[in-house]
Amino acid sequence: MATLKELAGQEELFSGGHRLCAGCGIPPIVRLVLRSAKGPVVATTATGCLEVGSTIYPYTSWKVPWMHSAFENAAATISGIESAYKALKRKGRLPVKPVSDDKDTKFIAFGGDGGTYDIGLQALSGAMERGHNFLYVCYDNGAYMNTGIQRSSATPLGSATTTSPAGSVIPGKEEYRKDITRIMVAHRSPYVAQASPHNWKDLEKKAARALEINGPTFLNVMSPCPLGWYSKPEDSIALAKLSTDTCFWPLYEVDEGVLKISYKPKEKKPIGDWLKLQGRFKHLFKPGGEEIIEKIQLDIDTNWERLLDMDGKLIF
Amino acid sequence: MADNTASKTKNSALTGNSAMALAMKQIDPDVCAVYPITPSTTVIEEFSSYVADGAVETEFVTVESEHSAMSACIGASAAGGRAMTATSSQGLALMWEMLYIASGMRLPIIMTTVNRALAAPINIHCDHSDSMGARDSGWIQLYSETVQEAYDNLFQAVKIAEDERVLLPVMVCLDGFITSHAIEVLSLITDDEAKDFVGDYTAKHPLLDTDNPASMGALALPDTYMDFKHVQSDAIAASKEVVIEVGKEFGKRFGREYGLIDTYQLEDADVAIVILNSAAGTTRVAIDELRAKGLKVGLLKPRLFRPFPHAEMVEALKGVKAVCVLDRADSFSGFGGPLFNEVRSALYDMEDRPKIMGRIYGLGGKDYTTENAVAIYEALFDVVKTGKIDTLNDYMGS
Ligand SMILES: Cc1ncc(C[n+]2csc(CCOP(=O)(O)OP(=O)(O)O)c2C)c(N)n1
Repeated sequence: MATLKELAGQEELFSGGHRLCAGCGIPPIVRLVLRSAKGPVVATTATGCLEVGSTIYPYTSWKVPWMHSAFENAAATISGIESAYKALKRKGRLPVKPVSDDKDTKFIAFGGDGGTYDIGLQALSGAMERGHNFLYVCYDNGAYMNTGIQRSSATPLGSATTTSPAGSVIPGKEEYRKDITRIMVAHRSPYVAQASPHNWKDLEKKAARALEINGPTFLNVMSPCPLGWYSKPEDSIALAKLSTDTCFWPLYEVDEGVLKISYKPKEKKPIGDWLKLQGRFKHLFKPGGEEIIEKIQLDIDTNWERLLDMDGKLIF
Repeated sequence: MADNTASKTKNSALTGNSAMALAMKQIDPDVCAVYPITPSTTVIEEFSSYVADGAVETEFVTVESEHSAMSACIGASAAGGRAMTATSSQGLALMWEMLYIASGMRLPIIMTTVNRALAAPINIHCDHSDSMGARDSGWIQLYSETVQEAYDNLFQAVKIAEDERVLLPVMVCLDGFITSHAIEVLSLITDDEAKDFVGDYTAKHPLLDTDNPASMGALALPDTYMDFKHVQSDAIAASKEVVIEVGKEFGKRFGREYGLIDTYQLEDADVAIVILNSAAGTTRVAIDELRAKGLKVGLLKPRLFRPFPHAEMVEALKGVKAVCVLDRADSFSGFGGPLFNEVRSALYDMEDRPKIMGRIYGLGGKDYTTENAVAIYEALFDVVKTGKIDTLNDYMGS
């Protein structure tokens, strides 16, 4: 694995000058993942902040071949790209010959939580089941940010969004998040993991592992969003870390069916520590909010216990 | 017809769908992403047998929806591969979003569209609501009267789509069940002839060229978006020339030449029917019956619907006194079907334009018979006699 110094010396495959917000979690995720391929890479992106922010014609941040076609189909699009690669390789008609027979171009699809948990779930499930050779990276910022912070099925319970506002009767989103990482595990993907950009070493290791596998792999990455979380841009990385210290966002991997927790906080922090730094949970700190915070805490605790139980075990 | 002895063609009796599957096999595309729907299903079933038997080198992707089928074709085509699919009805409707993206990204994807009605009510039989719903999606549309035409059109579609002056997706339409499931004797070209005719596809800027990374599908703001559309619009308009060239070349090689429109007994006709696909065949039979009685009736069958061969239509309908345009789809405008509207608009600038009326026929597989065609011709003669059209647009037989 690269040291920070080595990383800093590597060529940047996703350049600056893009229009993503200050403090956005997406660029560091994309930069790290692209480098982890250590070789030729082709990427696609679902409609969302990453796509809109990185390629305003005639500019592009992408120094690797990249395409966007629509919102719900990043996994289907990468299926087609990867299939063309296989066919052209077989026919000896690839535009660039592979370095060696076993060193194939890597294929990566990026999508936000909306493009992954919701509208893109079908295409993702199909591509996973068909077993294409690709890595799907979900940057989970917990809402449809590009269109102005509407709820998604990744939005945490209690969060206020523009379609689940905290009103006088309904206190923000009333439903639990969908656990897409488990859904991906249920596809018997050879490698599924959760990561966070504050722990760049872990993220890089997981991306590299996912990309060395020949098959459909999945990374779910925590992606702070100052705009949608009503948080300070300079707090983003600290918020990412807190999401793992509170075990709201456990770091773990399921490698060939074996679950391994990658980070166990010495002292698990109360979820309030994370919530209070974000305006989207502001209403939970008013009278009546404690119950909801308790509910969130209970859910986190249950999930964390469940993971600890499975740690080191073959789960499929 | 030109001499076709040069070609080692053989005759065979095949259904429309078998012929399309065979054409796909002979083209041997790089990627074929498919999802089943009646009546196009047997195209992909038979193609999957070619895959299973190693008769093609295609990467066969059995996606989980038509939306993903078109998305995968888009990815494959952008990557630099030749991509194909086949669908009908609801499947085409589900692709709608991606159809515009395929054409907007200028990707030469080829699709067999086996025409079927759209729900509701759900109905598996033939009409043209599906492909007519996609008429403004930027795809070139070729229509096919017979199994032979559908088969021949698929090879030509590849050449048209991939021509540098075009670079647009093409759909080849044939009538569900009527053509797709009916066995017809047709003349086949050999595998070698097929390969030689379509040639290899080499994309100019394939996404897989990792040495020269390109970004595709960027966001275009108001300062550039319209320019992209303008260029695309010019390209599809200019594709007519390529359709003609390719149709001629096909004729030279295989003895069956194709143009933008086809006519039957139209030269000296007083009245004419304009109609797409298989119903043109029925109309030809009615024409023979009426011509035997000395009645000057004729047919105009557009082969190309997108781009619309407006100038050729005007030329062909010169001297005709009354025309009925038969649509196998409604546009729900309260003003007739899509073909009616476009033909009528094309004829507007004619010096001596014919009287023109529209009838909607055959929706959801309702039969179109020679009696229907004869009745239309009789109505047209009434129009000529009285100089008046009683009912401009109507449903026929319901
Ligand atoms: C079919 C379709 N429906 C809706 C939209 C509008 N839309 C564009 S991006 C987006 C939200 C994206 O959310 P997410 O995937 O979470 O990514 P983020 O914006 O957070 O980057 C929506 C709803 C669209 N482009 N296409």
